[in-house]
Amino acid sequence: MYQTTYHRPSSVTEAASLLASAEDVKLLAGGQTLIPTMKQRLAAPANLIDLGKIAELKGITVSGGTVTIGAGTTHAEVNTSADVKAAIPALAKLAGGIGDPHVRHLGTIGGSVANNDPAADYPSAVLGLGATVVTTKREIPADDFFAGMFTTALDEDEIIVRFVFPVPEKAAYAKFANPASRYAMAGVFVAVTGGTVRVAVTGAGSDGVFRWADAEAALAGTMTPAALDGLTADASAMLSDIHGDAAYRANLVKVMAKRAVAALG
Amino acid sequence: MGLEGIGARVVRKEDKRFITGRGKYTDDIVLKDTTHGVFVRSPHAHAKILSIDTAAALAAPGVIAVLTGADLAGDRIGGLICGWMIHSRDGSPMKAGAHPAIAHDRVRHVGDQVALVIAETKAEARDAAELVEVEYETLPAVVDPAHAMDADAPQLHDVAPNNLIFDWVLGDEAATDAAFANAAHVVELDIINNRLSPNPMEPRSAIGYYDPSEEHYDLYTTSQNPHVARLVLSAFIGIAPEHKLRVVAPDVGGGFGAKIYIYPEETACLWASKRIGGRPVKWTSERAEAFLTDCHGRDHVTKAKLALAADGTFLALRSDTIANIGAYMSTFSSATPTYLHGTLLSGQYVIPAIFTNVKAVYTNTTPVDAYRGAGRPEATFIVERLVETAARQLGMDPAELRRKNFIRSFPYQTPVILTYDAGDFEGNLDKALAAVDYAGFAARKAEAKARGKLRGIGFSSYIEACGIAPSQAVGSLGSGVGLWESAEVRVNPVGSVEILTGSHSHGQGHETTFAQLVNERLGIGMENIQIVHGDTDKVQFGMGTYGSRSGAVGMSAIVKALDKVEAKAKKIAAHLMEASEADIVMEGGELKVAGTDKKLPFFQVALAAYTAHNLPAGMEPGLKEGAFYDPTNFTYPAGTYICEVEVDPDTGKVEIVQFVAVDDFGRIINPMIVEGQVHGGLAQGIGQALMEGVSYDPQSGQLLTGSYMDYCMPRADDVPSFKVDHVTTLCPGNPLGMKGCGEAGAIGSPPAVINAITDAIGNNNLSMPATPAKVWAAVHAA
Repeated sequence: MYQTTYHRPSSVTEAASLLASAEDVKLLAGGQTLIPTMKQRLAAPANLIDLGKIAELKGITVSGGTVTIGAGTTHAEVNTSADVKAAIPALAKLAGGIGDPHVRHLGTIGGSVANNDPAADYPSAVLGLGATVVTTKREIPADDFFAGMFTTALDEDEIIVRFVFPVPEKAAYAKFANPASRYAMAGVFVAVTGGTVRVAVTGAGSDGVFRWADAEAALAGTMTPAALDGLTADASAMLSDIHGDAAYRANLVKVMAKRAVAALG
Repeated sequence: MGLEGIGARVVRKEDKRFITGRGKYTDDIVLKDTTHGVFVRSPHAHAKILSIDTAAALAAPGVIAVLTGADLAGDRIGGLICGWMIHSRDGSPMKAGAHPAIAHDRVRHVGDQVALVIAETKAEARDAAELVEVEYETLPAVVDPAHAMDADAPQLHDVAPNNLIFDWVLGDEAATDAAFANAAHVVELDIINNRLSPNPMEPRSAIGYYDPSEEHYDLYTTSQNPHVARLVLSAFIGIAPEHKLRVVAPDVGGGFGAKIYIYPEETACLWASKRIGGRPVKWTSERAEAFLTDCHGRDHVTKAKLALAADGTFLALRSDTIANIGAYMSTFSSATPTYLHGTLLSGQYVIPAIFTNVKAVYTNTTPVDAYRGAGRPEATFIVERLVETAARQLGMDPAELRRKNFIRSFPYQTPVILTYDAGDFEGNLDKALAAVDYAGFAARKAEAKARGKLRGIGFSSYIEACGIAPSQAVGSLGSGVGLWESAEVRVNPVGSVEILTGSHSHGQGHETTFAQLVNERLGIGMENIQIVHGDTDKVQFGMGTYGSRSGAVGMSAIVKALDKVEAKAKKIAAHLMEASEADIVMEGGELKVAGTDKKLPFFQVALAAYTAHNLPAGMEPGLKEGAFYDPTNFTYPAGTYICEVEVDPDTGKVEIVQFVAVDDFGRIINPMIVEGQVHGGLAQGIGQALMEGVSYDPQSGQLLTGSYMDYCMPRADDVPSFKVDHVTTLCPGNPLGMKGCGEAGAIGSPPAVINAITDAIGNNNLSMPATPAKVWAAVHAA
């Protein structure tokens, strides 16, 4: 790791003002991607702003048909939250399947979504549930937030404060883990919210998380796994690497989508 | 069997310090005035070094020295060696290219070391390493052994045209080909034995220290064989005379073969300490460095075939292999694909004619050497995949085809050098069949099918040659060293015992197992026995631990030394009790006069030996004996493994639902430790079969599996709860009847897994690692 100047603001306002004033800066949430990257000297921000001690970024509240999760809430907290389990059990389950216990106790939802790793789990839930990303500057609908691999709609000086998830009628997440990293090779989040079906896919797309429109249309007619039988996910839009080629990932997308639908109950 | 003697499940003595963080590993050792070394490594798979500018690095804070290959050459430090000479079929010696500890004019794999930066702190060394400017002229690279001999392939070493190191044969080619020509059935397979990264938990580490006042060197290093390291570093590389070099391998956290070898890094640290005037130089590998520089294992491309008579009797086996040696020949790299591989191609079977040809080639990859099993997994994979395929091709039950061809009488001379001394191959098979409930398999398969899963069963009846090795025999086959072992039993005046052994424990549990032998023989409690190893200043000599040799060879040396101690103790006891020496028996820690109630506790005899007030006339004082043991033959652990899998046809994911391992290891000292060895070996073998595979970009030669994000190590939830059992035929070749257990799991399991999957999916064309993506493709190609 190279030398860096470490800042630890105690409020979002302070963090935002540091972010606006400092040069060559990175926000540090749970650090589960950034710290290893810095240790490998692949990232070398001159300034590091640690969001980990900001109380207003933490916590989970349920009210008026929404679940609001602070950006600094860890995966373990989401996984074990009675409120999340009651309102959106699929989200709690997804959080419990991220990484390993160490990662889940340090990694945060805000960090994961802001990083937008194409194989991360959370982006599929944010997109699949049609959540709203509330930042220091605005509210961004999930459909406008994700902008390709490791890319989001966030401005340089913008910090995610919380996520507002509408409580769906039903939702389920099915993931096929990469055998080595255990990130998703294909993770499909299916949700029915306000009568609308959304199918969000992570891990497989060469452009990051995406909505599978054909599947949404098919499931709008009949919410059964068999409704997807006639579909083929577009292999030309899939990642290909030593763990699996695009055709395999396209297959996984369909298989995981069917399993998610089956799990909807 | 006593509570702590041979056969007892004694809890490992060494684990208390390991699991409480008190193990003392090389990186834990802090010598006064230590400096820290960081290597500048090649980012290219193949390139000429045009220039190296060290000025900026030398000017960086805390930097003491920046050393290059030119400095090394200037000091006339020799290159690293390969210690086993192989001759090609035309009689020519293998063509070993130079292997300097720091590359001089050319780099040949990503990670090749180009300079050593030494600074006051590791962080300073690392910062400065980035300031070393190396100008390269990149060259085309070849990483695939199947293409290394292509006419247009880049050439790695001038001494080895077409990158061919040797073209070795074993067996009777004419007889083998004739048998194939007349065979009723011929079964053929193309096999890739995948390249593996060893991944010991403790990364490699070294501290070199030169004391100018004594002109003496100390090397602390993560080695499986410190005496061999000393021999090579002194006699061949020429850093120090042997008597001026002490090598210490303290606690070592796993080796799996990768810590046998004498590597560039410890060589450079040792040399560098003198260059900087006698301050210790410490280097500890990072995990990313380990992926790039720890010797890899396997990487064979093979065409194999088996000839059978109409009734399924085996007639002949032939294999043609290209073995990837990597960019340089590592210490034992030539032995692994030849005499540790070709000699095992008879498996457990009567095969009248066998022929194998192995071409070893250079490529722009990390050097390849022995990794848990070393050659024997490759042979077992060939034999057991051929046999299983033959059973399918002939419509025979795979268990019965094996049974039909098993060797049943011993000693058995194979057509490929080895003489098997003992075994009960049918006993292993029968026990495994019962444990797996083979009769119930059809019902289980049908039940799985109803759940949409494809269930398959696969066998592997492996044999290996361990107890490495009779010195004269290996000498005649090209080994540069003898492979005996030494031990010393030092009885203290109070009757406690220190065992100094040339074996080296890096996870095997020697401190427990070896102490159990002493307990059995001398009746001394475990708390009064100390096992000393891993220090050339303490232990007289040793050949180290690899090839499952510590029990069969290392403990045999201890037995010989204990025999001498016992004989002397009996003489003293007889003298003290005024009895005939022939009437003295040792039992439960006492020396007794048979048929009387006269007895002396062992510690009193020990004390008498050291007070020397009343010893038999002419006897030397003391009770300390050493011994060297040279094996009379290899040992032959063998067993049958049966793997049962369920494949998800939608995703290709394989679940191992049952795994039975029945091994014949001969005498077992500590069943708990042996089971642990089997479990670990199975996990590594299953890792090879399903998950692990080093991957290089074929064009650039860049390592694609450079971290655990991409190199898939088996985790606890990837392996089932194993059913492990034993059949015991004692090895007639050593005093305890031991055969060795360290590698069996890794040797026997890969073909069992692949045989099970190919049975499940009905497609025999599946290479390791059988990842979900590959299995899915094979399911849908079937």
